[in-house]
Amino acid sequence: MAAADELAFHEFEEATNLLAETPEAATTSRSEQLTPQGHVAVAVGSGDSYGAEDEVEESDKTAVLDRIRGSLLPRPGHNFVRHRLRNRPDLYGPFWICATLAFVLAITGNLTLLLAQRRDPSIHYSPQFHKVTVAGVTIYCYAWLVPLALWGFLRWRQGVQERLGPYTFLETVCVYGYSLFVFIPTVVLWLIPVPWLQWLFGVLALALSAAGLVFTLWPVVREDTRLAAAVLLSVVVLLHALLALGCKFYFFQPLPPAHVAPPPRATALPPSILLPPTSPWSVATPDGRSLQAQHERTLLPALPTLRP
Amino acid sequence: MAEAAESPGDPGTASPRPLFAGLSDISISQDIPVEGEITIPMRSRIREFDSSTLNESVQNTIMRDLKAVGKKFMHVLYPRKSNTLLRDWDLWGPLILCVTLALMLQRGSVDSEKDGGPQFAEVFVIVWFGAVTITLNSKLLGGNISFFQSLCVLGYCILPLTVAMLVCRLVLLAEPGPINFMVRFFVVIVMFAWSIIASTAFLADSQPPNRKALAVYPVFLFYFVISWMILTFTP
Repeated sequence: MAAADELAFHEFEEATNLLAETPEAATTSRSEQLTPQGHVAVAVGSGDSYGAEDEVEESDKTAVLDRIRGSLLPRPGHNFVRHRLRNRPDLYGPFWICATLAFVLAITGNLTLLLAQRRDPSIHYSPQFHKVTVAGVTIYCYAWLVPLALWGFLRWRQGVQERLGPYTFLETVCVYGYSLFVFIPTVVLWLIPVPWLQWLFGVLALALSAAGLVFTLWPVVREDTRLAAAVLLSVVVLLHALLALGCKFYFFQPLPPAHVAPPPRATALPPSILLPPTSPWSVATPDGRSLQAQHERTLLPALPTLRP
Repeated sequence: MAEAAESPGDPGTASPRPLFAGLSDISISQDIPVEGEITIPMRSRIREFDSSTLNESVQNTIMRDLKAVGKKFMHVLYPRKSNTLLRDWDLWGPLILCVTLALMLQRGSVDSEKDGGPQFAEVFVIVWFGAVTITLNSKLLGGNISFFQSLCVLGYCILPLTVAMLVCRLVLLAEPGPINFMVRFFVVIVMFAWSIIASTAFLADSQPPNRKALAVYPVFLFYFVISWMILTFTP
């Protein structure tokens, strides 16, 4: 099945192709010795067992953990693709990191609401299951469509410049997927209801993640014109920041005090009615608080009774 | 007849086989009848086996399937390393469990459309697409378990969580409070651990040894999400 071949661990074709193209790439001496045998292995066995002919014999679990660790600690000289992936991208990491991040986002967002209700019983708690759908769609679209656009852009620039060696699509997806890993502990730490701490964690996570992306993309774009390189890198960082901000505002919205205290014009309605249905687009703006407060003040005279 | 019996006997004497050496010496006279009837004393029973599943009563059919499902439930509740779930897989059990869970978890009509728990279809989709994704994952990692066997195991191991849902529903009939929540939390945690242990007892052997953890983590995530849905259920 073509799809299964696409998703399987592409270990040998990538390695031999890239070793042939860039013979000066950093490889260990052991792998240089094995290169002729590596060629033979690709010709003979196309993808039966991925353990026996591995150049560096490590278990796959440690390989995934290694890549995660590499994404958590980006270093300026170390290119994630060359040093960690070793030109052997896998789709296990990106797929399951995105799944975990989507569910953790929805769950911790719900937990925030629960903790807020503990402190203030007038807030109505609900499981908010629709946020799982929103989280999943957002994270997966970001982690797969943005690398697609980036890869397409780099291929186009390669056509213009004819000097760049861009990454394959799978490698770009891999880089983005592993760079999203740092948000998982950040999102869990966002449970702590101290605002400046939340912003601190957010900025730290964004810095680490974006640094990883920039250091990976730098060798590819530095041969392009200054303007194109600067624009590309800033767009990448901006998109990443937008994702982080969007998640923070949508899933962890701070409940404004207008929700709690009824305005003086209201009749004797129970406070749970004061919560208008939370639609994502009304709070994604920076002045979400004022917008929502205005919204409910105009809504209130029109709503006689909503929930018994 | 005697001549016909002798002609294959001639090569028999030529080949060095002492068994058939004396065949050519045998002569059968014409008076002894070599004919008769071959009757199998259990003939009527065999005919019954041939069309048994068509002609048996509906109750027999249903009871047989229910017994198979019940036997597998026992295997899940007392997980041992056995092959029963894998050998005779069926998807009736997972369907029953998934429909029960989705019926109990779906939100009522009083909740608004945006907030609130999952709909029936959402639970159904999460369970089945989650199971399919985990199965594809384990196959791509090189597992030697078939597609439906894996679906069967994952579906049957939802049984502890369904029991947890029933218990939570009963506990929620009492007055709400922190003790209520602690009881539900404890029950869900225990059943979650039971589900994981049961499914890894069946699934872990089918993976190559260096990828066992990679195959078990998605199962953990799957049951964690279902446990979360059970724990946050509010009537």
